[in-house]
Amino acid sequence: MTYEARIGLEVHVQLKTRSKMFCACSAEFGDEPNTRVCPVCLGYPGAMPAMNREAVELTALTGLMVGAQVAPLSVFARKSYFYPDMPKNYQISQYDRPLCIGGAVAIEWEGREKLVGLTRIHLEEDVGKSSHFGTSSGVDFNRAGIPLMEIVTEPVLTAPEEADAFLQALRQMVRYAGVSDGNMERGNIRCDANCSVRLRGETALGAKTEIKNLNTFKGVLAALRYEIRRQQDVLAAGGRVAMETRRWDGETGTTASMRSKEEAHDYRYFPEPDLMPVAMAPEQLAALQARIPELPRARRERFCRDYGLPAYDSEVLAADKAVADFFDETARVSDNPKAVSNWMMTEVLAKLAETGRTLAETPVAPRQLAELIALVDRGQINMPTAKSLFATMFDKGGDPVALVEQEGLAQVSSADDIGAWARQAVEENPKSVADYRSGKKAALQFLVGQVMRRSRGRAHPQKAAEALEELLKG
Amino acid sequence: MEQEKRANGGNEGMDVRHVALLARLALTDEDAELFRGQMADIVGFVRKIGELNIEGIEPTTHAHRVENVFREDEPAPGLDRATALANAPEQAQGLFLTPRIVE
Ligand SMILES: [Zn+2]
Repeated sequence: MTYEARIGLEVHVQLKTRSKMFCACSAEFGDEPNTRVCPVCLGYPGAMPAMNREAVELTALTGLMVGAQVAPLSVFARKSYFYPDMPKNYQISQYDRPLCIGGAVAIEWEGREKLVGLTRIHLEEDVGKSSHFGTSSGVDFNRAGIPLMEIVTEPVLTAPEEADAFLQALRQMVRYAGVSDGNMERGNIRCDANCSVRLRGETALGAKTEIKNLNTFKGVLAALRYEIRRQQDVLAAGGRVAMETRRWDGETGTTASMRSKEEAHDYRYFPEPDLMPVAMAPEQLAALQARIPELPRARRERFCRDYGLPAYDSEVLAADKAVADFFDETARVSDNPKAVSNWMMTEVLAKLAETGRTLAETPVAPRQLAELIALVDRGQINMPTAKSLFATMFDKGGDPVALVEQEGLAQVSSADDIGAWARQAVEENPKSVADYRSGKKAALQFLVGQVMRRSRGRAHPQKAAEALEELLKG
Repeated sequence: MEQEKRANGGNEGMDVRHVALLARLALTDEDAELFRGQMADIVGFVRKIGELNIEGIEPTTHAHRVENVFREDEPAPGLDRATALANAPEQAQGLFLTPRIVE
């Protein structure tokens, strides 16, 4: 018997606003506990929430990007429950009138494009953060009230890897549009997953479980793999899957049923009386439409078309908006877009990974990278020099043309100079010369290296090899 | 939904015990009896609305038809930490302390 899984995700995305959802406290990450709090986000009786326009617009912008309907009238609601990290004893969320309805996110799955349908996108506030000690827990409310957008998919994902592809595509999109930083370590994207298994061919969905506590994409993958196998085992043994909420434990790599008492939720949603409904005007939506950037997919296609890049290059470069922007600007002023792509994919990305910096934090300007590549293409510097020059530009900044002059790095191609270095190398390395003459062609590379060393890396490597071959012929 | 029906009172009236649990209130049997009657009365008053003909009337969530009341996304300082924690029954390391949260 073969089984198939159906997965739906509820993804919480932290919006990139400067202040919180319903008060003016800073939404910045970090800082000492309970220093970004006020009567509103601490839930003082009588404190009145005031809606952050930008948070509403970023959510509507996301809706427009996924082709959702931005509801003509949207209402906030109180979701009541008691938990120490929720100071008001209710969370302001949305219930039956969310901001966005429907839409879909395009993903690559099994070599084809698939549209993953969305049920809704609504807006709500985050809760505080608790940490646990021996007999007590401590709560920091800096995070309480930070705007979260909850994106709910239809149960149409068929495998953990597909869920992962969806999350990656979603993250890429919200980062592109500046809707969210999408920073996983900072918990900018968190997720719950619904998961059910049925016999292949059946039309009704199987009983589902809801998995909580998925804070990393790796966690989502691992939890879904575990849970699907668990449900299959239950069904294969003739049992029934219990409808329940399960908690993922990353340390043991298992899901476990959450106590039914915790599940006895009765949220008693009702319209938030302190917040007026949101009605997006057509002009407002048109303005948001203009804020939609060129999305990753369109960008990949344009890179292939306009710069003649292979699909692989476009994919790598378009994955991150800052990298894609930098490439775009450099390629636009360069005669050799493919070389720009090669530099971006190797030297630039390696340097960023090595130093943990972002492109914005480096002194290199797109025009300077284009100039560096032009110096190589015109034969004014060789590749090893170009690479060390780039390292200098990345670390300390500087214009490649000026640096070449200052440091005397220009490539030397003159037959006289190269000939002199080659003769020295031959004289001082009789063993390599003998090796070469006895048929060990690799010895030539060593001698080329000697010429490069004597020229302080400036010799034209191909010309050096030719000069050596000429000398050794005799 | 099942629970909601209970809380809102089906035809049998309010499940006072359930409502008390949701509000974290400890009721004696006498309390429960007293409130059961009072809450049934309240539900009865509200049910009066059911006698009206509301066909074709859009449900409203607020008494006034006001929309789009926004605040601009400008951060401003809130309370300093000592003030924020002043009412905390217990605190340590700048955190509000609670009995250990059962996970
Ligand atoms: Zn606040």
